[in-house]
Amino acid sequence: MEFEFIVEGGNFIKAGTASSQLKKILKQLNVDPKVVKRVVVALYEAEVNIVAHAYSGVVQITISTESINIRLVDEGPGIPDINLAMQTGYSTASSEVREMGFGAGMGLPNMKNNSDVLNITSEVGKGTIVEMSFFLNQ
Amino acid sequence: MENRKFHHSLKIREDLCVGCSHCMNVCPTEAIRVKNGKAIIHEEKCIDCGKCFAECPSSAIIIEHDEFDDIFLFKHRIALVPAIFTGQFPEDISFRQIHSVLLDIGFTNVFEVENGAELLSEAINNYAAENPDIKPIISSFCPAIVRLIQVKFPSLVDNLLLLKAPLDISAMFLKKEMTDAGIPEEDIGIFYITPCAAKIAAIKDPVGEPSSPISGAINMDYLFNKVYHQVIKKSNQSCTLPATSILTDTARNWSLTNGEARNIKGRSLAIDEIHNVISFLEKLENDEITDIDFLELRACDQSCAGGVLTPGNRFLTVERLQKQQIRNSQLAKGQKHPDAFRSILEEKEYLNERMSVGSVAPRSMMKLDENMSEAMKKMDQVNQILKVLPMIDCSVCGSPSCQALAQDIVKGDAELKQCIFIQRTMEQKGELDPAESNLILRNIWGFEKTNKYRRLK
Repeated sequence: MEFEFIVEGGNFIKAGTASSQLKKILKQLNVDPKVVKRVVVALYEAEVNIVAHAYSGVVQITISTESINIRLVDEGPGIPDINLAMQTGYSTASSEVREMGFGAGMGLPNMKNNSDVLNITSEVGKGTIVEMSFFLNQ
Repeated sequence: MENRKFHHSLKIREDLCVGCSHCMNVCPTEAIRVKNGKAIIHEEKCIDCGKCFAECPSSAIIIEHDEFDDIFLFKHRIALVPAIFTGQFPEDISFRQIHSVLLDIGFTNVFEVENGAELLSEAINNYAAENPDIKPIISSFCPAIVRLIQVKFPSLVDNLLLLKAPLDISAMFLKKEMTDAGIPEEDIGIFYITPCAAKIAAIKDPVGEPSSPISGAINMDYLFNKVYHQVIKKSNQSCTLPATSILTDTARNWSLTNGEARNIKGRSLAIDEIHNVISFLEKLENDEITDIDFLELRACDQSCAGGVLTPGNRFLTVERLQKQQIRNSQLAKGQKHPDAFRSILEEKEYLNERMSVGSVAPRSMMKLDENMSEAMKKMDQVNQILKVLPMIDCSVCGSPSCQALAQDIVKGDAELKQCIFIQRTMEQKGELDPAESNLILRNIWGFEKTNKYRRLK
C-alpha cells in the first residue's frame, strides 16, 4: 500500500499531519502498538525537520506485511555534515524555531533510535532525502 | 480473552427509543448505529462515558444499577458516598442532614469515598519515583478514560497508573475494619453511590483486577431524589453526627478537576472532558508533547461534578465543595461520633501493601482485521468506497460518518445502497426501484419516520 503527503516548509501548525494520518492507518492495520509508536515518533521528527529547515517536502510511505518504508524528499538547504547533524544536541535551527520549542538537536538521533534502518543523503543548496525502514517481523 | 463480553451499564430501552440518532452523533468512539428505527450500542467500542445518556431526548438510554432494596440483603449496609453527593443539594442542607437521612432510609453506615484518597498522593508520588521510565504516568482514576485508552490509544496502556482508585481503597479499608470487629464478610454490603456509568462498569468488570470489593452501585440521581424528599419532610428534626472522619482538602477535591494533578510532584497536568482528552492523547501518542510526569484525565467536564448522573449544576457543585473547606476548618475538634470508623491512615501499611492492580491489556477497536494482510485488503476496499461517498457525514445511512459507513460495509454490517446520495443516483440510472430505496430507509429509521409525509397526503 502506498500513501503520499505534502509537507509545507515553515508551517509548524501543520507539522505532524502526516504522522497522525499514518498512525490512524497503522492502527487500522493492527500493527503492534509499540511499532506504531516508533514509526510515528520518527516520522514526526522528520516532518518537523522539513518544516523547520526546508521549503517544501513530500512524504512517501510504503506499507507491506514485512515492513513500513518511509521516504522524505525535501527541497531545502541540505545538510553539509550529516555525521555532525546526527550528534545529540547538535542543531542549526534558528532562534525563531527554538523559541517555538523545536530545534533541541534531538531530531536525527531520535529518528535513528526509533527506526530499524535510517539513510540520509543530502546535497547542499538542493535538498535532503531521508529513508527510514521499520520491520514488522511477524 | 479475545471474544469475551465487556460489561456495560448503558442500555437502550427499545420501548422508548425513537431512533432519533442524537446519541449516535455524540458518541466519541462511534459505538452507536441506528437500525430498524432503534439505536444499537456496539459493546466492543463503548467506553461507558455516558455522553449518549446525557444527550437522549427520550430518556431511552438507562444506566443499569442495582436495586436499592438489595442493600437489605446485608446485615451491615454501608453507603460509600462521593464528596460531590453533598454538593448536589442546596447550600442550606448540611452533610449532617443528608447523612441522617441515609441512615433513616436503611443504611447502617455512611463513609465518604475520598477517605481512600488520603493515602493516594503519597502512593502515586512513590509509584512515580519507582517507575522513572514511565512518562507520563496517566491516572487510572476515571474508568471511562482507562477504557478509552484501551480501545483508541493502545500504545499508551503501559502508561496507566497501576494503583487502586479511592473507591476500592475505601472499600478495602471498610472490609478490614468490619471483619476485624468480628463481622462475617457475607454480612457486609458496601454500596457505591455513583455519579456515572463508567464507575458501574468498573465495579462489575474491573480492568486489571479479578473482582471488586464493592457489593453494588446505586445511581446518584436516584438516591438524590430519595434523600432530598426525606430531608424536606423532616427539616426541623435533630440529626445525628456524621460517623465519618472529616476529609482533608486534598481528599475532598480529589474527584474534581486538578484534584489529583496538584498533589503530584514534577510537571503534572489535568485535562477534563472526553474530546479534550482525545485531542491531547493524539498529540501525546505522537510524542509531540513530552516531559510531562503525570496526567490526570477525566471524561466529564468539571470531572465527577459533571458526571452524567449528577442532578446538580456542575459549577455549583464545585463551588459548594470548595466552600466546605472553610466550614470544616471552623468545625470544632472532638466532635466525633462514638461509632465512627477510625481514620483510614491507621491502616496505611495494610492498604499500601494492597494498592497495586494488574496490568491493563489493550483491546484496539481501530483494527479492520486481526491479520495484517487481510486488514490491508479491507483498507483498500474502505478507500474505494470512500471515493464514492459524499463525505458530509449526514448519518442518514444509520452510521455516524461516511468513514464509519465505509468500514461497516467492508465488515458486512451495511450496504452502499444505504447512502442516500448513492440511492438517488442509482434510481436515476434505473438501477434501483424507488420502492426498494424506501424500504432501505425504512429498515434504518423504522416505519414511522419514513411514512409521515405519505400519511399527510
